[in-house]
Amino acid sequence: MGLLDYFRGTRQSSAAIAKERLQILVAHERSERGKPDYLPMLQKELLEVIRKYVNVDPESISVSMEQDDNREILELNIILPDDGERKKPKRV
Amino acid sequence: MARIIVVTSGKGGVGKTTTSAAISMGLALKGHRTAVIDFDVGLRNLDLIMGCERRVVYDFVNVINGEATLNQALIKDKRCEKLFILPASQTRDKDSLTVEGVGKVLKDLAKDFDYIVCDSPAGIERGATLAMYYADDAIVVTNPEVSSVRDSDRMLGILASKSRRAEQGEEPIKEYLLLTRYSPVRVRLGEMLSVEDVQEILSLHLLGVIPESKAVLNASNSGAPVILDEKSDAGQAYADVVRRYLGEDVTHRFIDEEKKSLLGRLFGG
Repeated sequence: MGLLDYFRGTRQSSAAIAKERLQILVAHERSERGKPDYLPMLQKELLEVIRKYVNVDPESISVSMEQDDNREILELNIILPDDGERKKPKRV
Repeated sequence: MARIIVVTSGKGGVGKTTTSAAISMGLALKGHRTAVIDFDVGLRNLDLIMGCERRVVYDFVNVINGEATLNQALIKDKRCEKLFILPASQTRDKDSLTVEGVGKVLKDLAKDFDYIVCDSPAGIERGATLAMYYADDAIVVTNPEVSSVRDSDRMLGILASKSRRAEQGEEPIKEYLLLTRYSPVRVRLGEMLSVEDVQEILSLHLLGVIPESKAVLNASNSGAPVILDEKSDAGQAYADVVRRYLGEDVTHRFIDEEKKSLLGRLFGG
């Protein structure tokens, strides 16, 4: 950190940047922990099947797994496109 | 019944073997019968840090395979009669460690020892997962640096899900943070994560802070665990760690900069 920056007090210290990056990353990785590792594959294959019939955007599908004491919930969320696009599904 | 301690980190080069050597020596010097095991199959190094590399005849894998007895393989430390070292094998066969084999050796050791220190290899492969599998306590060695902190958090996830205690639904492994290579000056300058930063990210109980110290390389050069260098900062920090681990209330040191005398300031001593 240069002397000028010091007086301006603008630039964040590298340690502060490190902490911020780690907090975000660690929180993300903890939320992924314990989930089955087939989820990304499942998401990809589901998307391929759906796209045979409906022209959905790859970004508009999400698969998530939630767990509590006595059950596991597999949640599948697909955002269908507007009517105009839905009429011309992609046939494979 | 022995207490099994794993010294782990995920990332390599953060000070696991230095820590295993220092803590096992410290426990033994306190009068506890202690065995320290090198789990780094293929890359044996604990023997070198402990200064007994020329006395290795049999190793951990020989004992697992029944080619040697524990008594034949254990190397008695020349400085402290309560301390024994079980070296790793230099075999390249990664499958030589098995859950059953390791379990049996630990069970046999537990009859004779108060503490068994397991020096984990880096990574999350078999050697590392087996080193922590049977642990009661885990010392997570972390440097104040992004990749080390991230890997430590990943190890915490593995400790909480893949250990024997986790699988059998027993009380979880007790986890401790050991922050090594710490530089209070760089923390003040905003160049290094502070103890508080790392604790906040990992939410772990702090066992101790080992300052960046020339004594560590000097100790490994001569094959004497750094805790034996009682005059050094790192040696004293490890001695504090051992006392804290044994339940004593010891104030943390080496977290703040040393206050220099006026002369010291003037001459940059």
